[in-house]
Amino acid sequence: MKIVVCIKQVPDTKGGVKFNPDGTLDRGAMLTIMNPDDKAGLEAALRLKEQYGAEVTVLTMGLPKADEVLREAMAMGADKGILVTDRVLGGADTWATSTTIAGAIRNLEYDLIITGRQAIDGDTAQVGPQISEHLNIPVISYAQDIKIDGDYVIVQRQYEDRYHEVKAKMPCLITALSELNDPRYMTPGGIFDAYDKEVTVWGRPDLKDVDDSDLGLKGSPTKIAKASDKVKKGAGEKVVPDTAEDAVAYIVGKMKEKHVI
Amino acid sequence: MDFSLDKKHEMARTLFKEFAENEVKPLAQEVDETEKFPRGTVEKMQKIGFMGIPIPKEYGGQGCDPLTYIMCVEELSKVCGTTGVIVSAHTSLCCDPIMTYGSEEQKQKYLAPLAKGEKLGAFALTEPGAGTDAQGCQTKAVLDGEEWVLNGSKCFITNGKEADIYIVIAVTDVKVDARGRKKKSFSAFIVEKDTPGFSFGTKEKKMGIRGSATYELIFEDCRIPKDNLLGPMGKGFPIAMHTLDGGRIGIAAQALGIAEGALDATIAYTKERKQFGRSIAAQQNTQFQLADMAAKVEAAQMLVYKAAMAKATQKVYSVEAAKAKLFAAEVAMDVTTRCVQLFGGYGYIREYDVERMMRDAKITEIYEGTSEVQRMVISGALLK
Amino acid sequence: MKIMGLEAYKGVYVYAQQVDNELSGIAFELLGKAKDLAKDLDTDVTAVLIGSGVKGLADQLAEYGADKVIVVDDPELKEYRTEPYTHALASVINEYKPEIMLVGATAIGRDLGPRVSARVKTGLTADCTVLEIGDFPLNPVPGKEDEQKHNQLLMTRPAFGGNTIATIACPDNRPQMATVRPGVMQKIDPIKGAKANIVEYNPGFTPDDKYVEILNIVKAVKETEDIMEAKILVSGGRGVGSAENFQMLKDLAAVLGGTVSCSRAVVENGWLPQDLQVGQTGKTVRPNVYFAIGISGAIQHVAGMEEADIIVAINKDEDAPIFDVADYGVVGDLNKIVPALTEALKAEMAE
Repeated sequence: MKIVVCIKQVPDTKGGVKFNPDGTLDRGAMLTIMNPDDKAGLEAALRLKEQYGAEVTVLTMGLPKADEVLREAMAMGADKGILVTDRVLGGADTWATSTTIAGAIRNLEYDLIITGRQAIDGDTAQVGPQISEHLNIPVISYAQDIKIDGDYVIVQRQYEDRYHEVKAKMPCLITALSELNDPRYMTPGGIFDAYDKEVTVWGRPDLKDVDDSDLGLKGSPTKIAKASDKVKKGAGEKVVPDTAEDAVAYIVGKMKEKHVI
Repeated sequence: MDFSLDKKHEMARTLFKEFAENEVKPLAQEVDETEKFPRGTVEKMQKIGFMGIPIPKEYGGQGCDPLTYIMCVEELSKVCGTTGVIVSAHTSLCCDPIMTYGSEEQKQKYLAPLAKGEKLGAFALTEPGAGTDAQGCQTKAVLDGEEWVLNGSKCFITNGKEADIYIVIAVTDVKVDARGRKKKSFSAFIVEKDTPGFSFGTKEKKMGIRGSATYELIFEDCRIPKDNLLGPMGKGFPIAMHTLDGGRIGIAAQALGIAEGALDATIAYTKERKQFGRSIAAQQNTQFQLADMAAKVEAAQMLVYKAAMAKATQKVYSVEAAKAKLFAAEVAMDVTTRCVQLFGGYGYIREYDVERMMRDAKITEIYEGTSEVQRMVISGALLK
Repeated sequence: MKIMGLEAYKGVYVYAQQVDNELSGIAFELLGKAKDLAKDLDTDVTAVLIGSGVKGLADQLAEYGADKVIVVDDPELKEYRTEPYTHALASVINEYKPEIMLVGATAIGRDLGPRVSARVKTGLTADCTVLEIGDFPLNPVPGKEDEQKHNQLLMTRPAFGGNTIATIACPDNRPQMATVRPGVMQKIDPIKGAKANIVEYNPGFTPDDKYVEILNIVKAVKETEDIMEAKILVSGGRGVGSAENFQMLKDLAAVLGGTVSCSRAVVENGWLPQDLQVGQTGKTVRPNVYFAIGISGAIQHVAGMEEADIIVAINKDEDAPIFDVADYGVVGDLNKIVPALTEALKAEMAE
């Protein structure tokens, strides 16, 4: 079985967000990580590899620096890494991104494609389903359990109040939730091996069956009209009462004042 | 000369840091408070290869270099000195001598499970009557047919009782020289935990690294196979000394990590803590203290990394190891003491990590050769 | 990527999500917003209803503001599956050419939306919180005033875990598609007896490998209340300390007639189920009163609750970021304050 896992290098918002003096996000000052949902997708692929035997290829689109997440994925146990990078791909929205990634994947043999549900920088959850549409294969979003049965994959597909146990013929694309599993750590030896291996680098000419007009900023149907920092709601009052009784009296007073009680 | 780490080592550090923050830090206080050996953490480290970092892959290790291993001890020690020394004693004092002196059979039988982390290792040299002066050792090994028979006891053994495999240094010969003085010769042995005649005495109650298991080992007609002699007969003393050279780099890394951990905690605290209407980080005393500490910590890191690189590239690295351990241990003690001072009253209570770090730091000036021994090694080389 | 003949695209469409032949709340919320947009564009509102045996739901959509309802009814559409639903909605778009297509950012909509947008070759903006009609670019480029486009859908959404907001347009493709966060748009008061023009449309369904098979449907036993409907939420974070300690919050909620909710850390620790989670990866809530108890106030959490009318925070860390959004912040030990507050409120209520 051949599995392609799509991953993305994203700024780590967990350790706090850094801003430039002009109030825009200082992406350069923020550490980067492998997107958490993607990491869960990779972990799911590595477990399938252990259980059924598979070759796991990780693929990312990004700046040359995104090589790091491929190495990280290889240090966790992925077999191969592919970096899709080209100046003409910059500024892509989800449509152009999914077109690009689909163009790269057309060069590969695959039974299963796994992507994270969404990236923590964009939060769109669109690229996975859009890749599947471009490749004309079934998609199962929001996977919480993945099993293989011959040529079929059986997945628990999560909804708000239920899950569907869904059976799809491979090749198929699955989007994974970070709740799917606890991704493994890298190993020190895995890191050394990952840096001894080659990462395949593809540019625009390596994308198959893709029009130039569908790539990068000019291939993106959505355009940013305005981007700004979120205007924070101002802080209200803050009190440091000496006793719990004082705290309670304060809250009860406010609740009465606002006619909550 | 390039002082920057390459990408491999940077990523390895990220891994160690992540593991330390997620898996080790949350337990550090409890491990100290309850004096319980963190077995669960060791099992987690086994899974991800932390127990055999510098050992080649063919013997179950990770195939990385000494620097990577040293960075692991450093990062673990930033959050928990106990966890740092467990890895250090296991790797430097048990895996390393088998790798260096063991026969192929010994490597397959003992090193592979150690490096995979399936087994835990320890090293036993010190005796009640013989610390720095190893010549005072009394534990004897006598060959009886196909077996060695061990008698005597060892004390202050790190990973004692928890470890499965022990490197034991014992007297195998006593010669009387022309002037009538007794000269002992030693040999090194590999002893498995459940060997009849091998038992454990009291568990030491310590000032710091309280989760680390420190035990007395007792040998009473303990019979081990003849093949468990490690290295050549009579070479136990040089084997022990060479092993300790490596061990000292591990302890130096532990000391470095403790100092870094305390400094990080203190930088964060001084920015938050307000006195006289402003953060104590705004006071010049605090700023200068932090500056001094940062400079010392970085100097210690340079010495420790240099010693690790020396271990990778040189046959003999006693002086590099001694300098690293001497300096890093004294920096750890100095920095943690100053950090406690900057924390004020909160530095003296157990809720804050610097209190534990100051207690943990002290041992690094003592074990695997006291600071005085390191000075002897360094000056001995200077005055040769 | 440009498509010619954009003028042919007219009307504001919403995907009227139904599950088990019951309309989801998001369908009504989208209709409420669509009505505003249609007014600005001087056009009408169409609901697209997809399912099996769902025609009867059309009247309800009319009451909430649909002028027209396109019903795609087919046995293949009994349960939500990506492919037949994509085929249905994409076919409606190609046939009827809407100018705007709104879909709920639900577990269904966030699967259906991107797949449809890829099929009909248009842009899709995810998880929008504000939709309005305006110009693109917002200000005309000097010398190129006549290139500025009017009557564009401007879609505003949080990004970067809620740290930034971006306003996005889709000037050269139609329809302009957006998925919209549940709980953000306001539904209208239903107009009793309102009727819509009902159009039935069936593009034909031919199962292939993309029609996945549903082997089993397991519904979660609904033990929990819908926190998006609650007027008072008593929400706990990591600082509550344990699952058992949530009893204190439940007691407080009971006195106030409120509901317990939580932060992500609580779900990750397994103290409460995920459907009670507020925040970026949970639900967006806008209750009258939100108690944030032992919640530090990470930006991802704040993104889901800052619209609450009154925010009361109790936290022992006086520097916790939750105090930056709280109307009333109390620095102190929740273990002491919460039970005492419950008792005090009980006494107040009894009066």
